[in-house]
Amino acid sequence: MHRVLGDRRAIMILVGPALLVYSLIMIVPMVWSLGYAFTTGNAIDGFTWSGLENFRHLFSDSAVQSSLWFTVKYAVVVTIGQVLAGYGLALLYTFYLKRASAFIRTLVFFPVVLPTVAVGLLFQKFFQVAPQTGPVNSLLNMVGIGSIDWFGSSGSAFWVLVIMDIWRSMGFYAVLLFAGLLDIPEEVLESARLDGASGPRLIRHIILPLSFPVLMSSVIFSINGTLKVFDSVVALTNGGPGNSTTPLTLYMFQTSFTYSEYGYGSAIALLLTVLCLLVTLVVFRVSRRDLTKG
Amino acid sequence: MTISSTRPGRARLVGLTASAAAVVLLASACGSTGSGASAAPKDFSYLSVVENTTVKTTLTTLSQGACTTQNTALPLKVDTVPQTGLDQKLQLLAGQGALPVQFAAGSAPALTNQLFKSGKVANLEDELTKLGVYDQLQPAAVSTIQALYDGKVAVLPYEYNIEGIFFNKKLFAEHGLSTPKTWDELVTTAGKLQDAGVQPFAASGQQGWPLTRLISGYLYRSLGPFAMDHIASGKAKLTDPEYVAAAAKVADLGKKGYFGQGVGSIDYDTAMNQFLSGKAGMFYMGSWALSNIADAKQDTVGAENIGFMPFPAVADGKGSIDQYPSNVGLPIALNSKTFDAKTGDWVKCIAQNYGSTALKDQGTISGFKVNTPVPDKNAVTKQVRETIDASKQNVLWFEALFSTKATTVSQSNAASLVTGSTSPEKFMQLVQDAQSGQ
Repeated sequence: MHRVLGDRRAIMILVGPALLVYSLIMIVPMVWSLGYAFTTGNAIDGFTWSGLENFRHLFSDSAVQSSLWFTVKYAVVVTIGQVLAGYGLALLYTFYLKRASAFIRTLVFFPVVLPTVAVGLLFQKFFQVAPQTGPVNSLLNMVGIGSIDWFGSSGSAFWVLVIMDIWRSMGFYAVLLFAGLLDIPEEVLESARLDGASGPRLIRHIILPLSFPVLMSSVIFSINGTLKVFDSVVALTNGGPGNSTTPLTLYMFQTSFTYSEYGYGSAIALLLTVLCLLVTLVVFRVSRRDLTKG
Repeated sequence: MTISSTRPGRARLVGLTASAAAVVLLASACGSTGSGASAAPKDFSYLSVVENTTVKTTLTTLSQGACTTQNTALPLKVDTVPQTGLDQKLQLLAGQGALPVQFAAGSAPALTNQLFKSGKVANLEDELTKLGVYDQLQPAAVSTIQALYDGKVAVLPYEYNIEGIFFNKKLFAEHGLSTPKTWDELVTTAGKLQDAGVQPFAASGQQGWPLTRLISGYLYRSLGPFAMDHIASGKAKLTDPEYVAAAAKVADLGKKGYFGQGVGSIDYDTAMNQFLSGKAGMFYMGSWALSNIADAKQDTVGAENIGFMPFPAVADGKGSIDQYPSNVGLPIALNSKTFDAKTGDWVKCIAQNYGSTALKDQGTISGFKVNTPVPDKNAVTKQVRETIDASKQNVLWFEALFSTKATTVSQSNAASLVTGSTSPEKFMQLVQDAQSGQ
């Protein structure tokens, strides 16, 4: 085995095809897209070099600013929600439900496998005000509160979106973090208990530091996923009302394919890539801190 | 030439070969943008939108009736995409030189104009004249098409519509209301309906355009028939006070709750259903709704209980209520590269037979002449047809001369305008910015 893996030709033969395919379907389109960011035009009239014009426009476009703000706000709120809910559920599975958790885990995980469009439609119906009154508004009416047009204002539409995305993904993070908690040796927990640690102190000083690597992985997964949110927004609000729930991804899609501004759409894509990269670097940097010393 | 057999030499050779292969692969994978070369079509392919069933149904009827011979030579093949994905699909197909023989024009006329200028869309004035059937187009439809497409006949008028307010005569009679002639009377009428527990207007905020049509209606009545041309030419801005005033008038209707609850969640079909089931008193819509009105399954109010009125006058306005907003429904363009003799035969047959077939089977008024007389299905259809015949000056709709971006911004923010989330000033500013390319 060592001889094979030490031979450059063998490595090239084994890795080469996959590398070539990866380059063709990932690297080349990325470079191609970067090239488009310096052009204006479309598939009908062709493309012309425009230098840094798209990037100049990027910094003066109020729609980019509002999309960027929405994206960051959504990513922070949903990441906190997803990971906290997931961690809470994982603690529940591990320390309270224990072996009986399989059924609850399955139930909580179920929304993860549902198609996003179906979940979007479900939540539309839940929070509907017209033509029929949805269950949420019916409940409000029962306690004497008038129906609310949840999708009529940016604030309420944002929170419905947040609730939907936390609900449909917390099962995934719960399972991921549950696997991390299972790795904590029982002896460590037992000795901590003998030393008098219990409840929040046990979580703060023993469980949290020991499950920190998987917690960090969850945060990175979540933040990258939420920064690139697209399908759930399209299914639930389609970016509305107005453009108040339009993330960068949707604005990029509209710019490129609806407004036929491919160059500017590529510049927005680049902004999103840089944002993801920066956030990941920040999360990695934070994760270097040793919680056991704090 | 000698080939180095040393290890570094072989490595360089392998590297060069791999690079060359990659370049060839890339060139073959990404280089083809389509030549757009003409080719005889194998079928009379027609790309339409899912939402419109009238045109494809009528074409299918023709393919089995009056145009059987043409269909044998070049079989009709219908393909559909959702309206929201049409522009994207057309751009991609145009970029690859793969546009079908006939296709629904883009949502905003700007795309069809772009295709026309790049030579991808046939000049139908020339083609129909060559075929000897240019006179089969209704002059009013031709003038609307020319107003939309830079003076060119770039599309076929498979529909020809005027727009106005359909109203429930029965509800009006029950509440002692007469047909409003002015904007103030319209607002008063709406208030009386609201007080009586009837939703005054049915409108789709999800689509947005049924609301923005009210803005342009007010503008045409207050500023005259060139109100939107001045925006397109840059002579005026949507942020000018008289334009903002029109948005404010429509926003006021929303503020008073005249569009009902959750207007932003109401789609086109639901709004149509609200009106045709008697839950709403008025419905701003185009004459294409006549086919829904004629359908007893959808129209439980009964066609005899539905009336049609023009958009009302505005006090001291420069416009007149006999100037109707008009459009050519779902206009269809023809690919210039595939317009050969067989396609010409089909187009000739359509020009001669479409008008009467669509009116007879679908109750739809088209921009083609009705060569076989068809009795009107109901009084409101008769009224609309007479109005079209008598109409001397037509105007366009709010987004007709906007860019695709301004159209999207306008329609997606319309519901926010009437729910009060967006002020009239902000709404007009957003659309103006999109139109100005900011």
